[in-house]
Amino acid sequence: MSGPPRRPRTTLALLGASVIASPGAWGQDAQLARNLAATCVTCHGGPVRSEMKSLAGMPAAVILARLAEFRSGAAPATVMHQIVKGYSEAQLELIATHYADLPAPR
Amino acid sequence: MFDRQTTRRRLLGAGLALGGLGLAGCASMPTRSLGRVVVVGGGYGGATAARYLRLWSGGKVEVTLVERQAAFVSCPMSNLVLAGWRGIADITRGYEGLTAVGVKVIQGEVTAVDPAARSLRLASGATLAYDRLILSPGVDFITDDIPGLSAALDSGRVVHAWKAGPQTLALRAQLAAMPDGGVFAITIPKIPYRCPPGPYERACVVAAWLKVAKPRAKVLVLDANPEVQSKKALFERAFKDHYTGIIEYRPNNELNEVVTSGAKAVARLEFDDVTADVLNVIPPQRGGDIARSAGLLNMNKRWVGVDWLTMEATAAAGIHVLGDATFAAPAMPKSGHMANQQAKVAAAAILQLLQGQPVNTAPVLANTCYSYVTAQDAVHVASVHQYDAAEKTFKAVPGSGGLSAAANATEGRYAQSWAENIWADTLGV
Repeated sequence: MSGPPRRPRTTLALLGASVIASPGAWGQDAQLARNLAATCVTCHGGPVRSEMKSLAGMPAAVILARLAEFRSGAAPATVMHQIVKGYSEAQLELIATHYADLPAPR
Repeated sequence: MFDRQTTRRRLLGAGLALGGLGLAGCASMPTRSLGRVVVVGGGYGGATAARYLRLWSGGKVEVTLVERQAAFVSCPMSNLVLAGWRGIADITRGYEGLTAVGVKVIQGEVTAVDPAARSLRLASGATLAYDRLILSPGVDFITDDIPGLSAALDSGRVVHAWKAGPQTLALRAQLAAMPDGGVFAITIPKIPYRCPPGPYERACVVAAWLKVAKPRAKVLVLDANPEVQSKKALFERAFKDHYTGIIEYRPNNELNEVVTSGAKAVARLEFDDVTADVLNVIPPQRGGDIARSAGLLNMNKRWVGVDWLTMEATAAAGIHVLGDATFAAPAMPKSGHMANQQAKVAAAAILQLLQGQPVNTAPVLANTCYSYVTAQDAVHVASVHQYDAAEKTFKAVPGSGGLSAAANATEGRYAQSWAENIWADTLGV
């Protein structure tokens, strides 16, 4: 994955200021990611021994690569090839980033 | 303080942290409640909503859950109890996982809701005040249009077993007592009803058990609908591959009357009568009693219309309704999985509303539902629903979702994992 382009410091500072000034705007991405990830955890939040993998703590790139394989049909699946097609790439990225930031189950 | 290479996402993360610090710096914040939410009904919808409100608010929303039963008994997997493949304990979980995250769990019954006063009354006489109310009342049955049904259900001669628990065990006992060569008849109401594939799974599971235990017995599926309502090809395949000579499927057979006579029960249909040793009536359904008495059944007088961004009832401000009681969006099943998903939309929205913040305008719901067709093999149907802002409803995403290619043992194992995982997510146990 390629990183986003560099932004000049002034833009960052302005963004930072607006983020702090309006509580409705800050964390919107994080909140959306949390809400989207909550649609997966019904199946994927359970014990490690589960047939359905727990996603918490899994690197985002690993999750996204796996989802891409489900979407393309490269990886065998019973249901995930059908579910992945219900989400946009942007949504999947938010979901993957959210899970990557969570502590892995013990 | 920001690195030049900080990504926007990191920046927002930092903003979140700073914002958090800013709030924590406010003197009254650490102990101040964001509000009081009362949840009525501790099934898949209500329990999930209660748990997520506590988790997502960091304990800042006071949550009280009122539930009639002492424990949660799952409808999904309950058909397996009929065959003795699971015990009732296997599908029962306590509410201690909710208590552990600070939900106040009250075993009791709500008798009245006062939307204007934002309070509700319990059968014990106690009243509870709320800022936001969540009703997850499930379904109750419409029995008035079918003469004899109420009496047959009340006497226990006929059971529905469409709410898991004592009814499940009663049907299990009736099946165990049925003579070999006996007839087990299931009646299915017209859609919409709770768990569209459930009746057909029940037919398969009971037939699989009878095949061994009472090989001369028959299963009659009397469907008011013109065809199998979910996983049609997969169930038809199972009927043919495994249960030829046992299951007889009859479409367009609506139950008109129930008559009990001696040890038998008679299902009166439009063109003939079916005499059964065990008659299992799945009655027509509507949103649960408390939704009706609160005046929320504004869709065909049966279901609760909701604003899908918040799950708030269109008939009453401040009351959010989840699960089977809602008037479903297109292609949205009445399932426990869907109630769990709707509960998270409601929890996120209520948290925003309590803080005077805008709600998420792009919620998503996913659904996966497994049905066993034999003791080992299961089939699934899955769907993903994105909110459509123009039409203000959820829509299944074209090209997404689908069915199993064929029944298989892998999904039989997945079905068990699905149950354990959704119980953990819903109840925290």
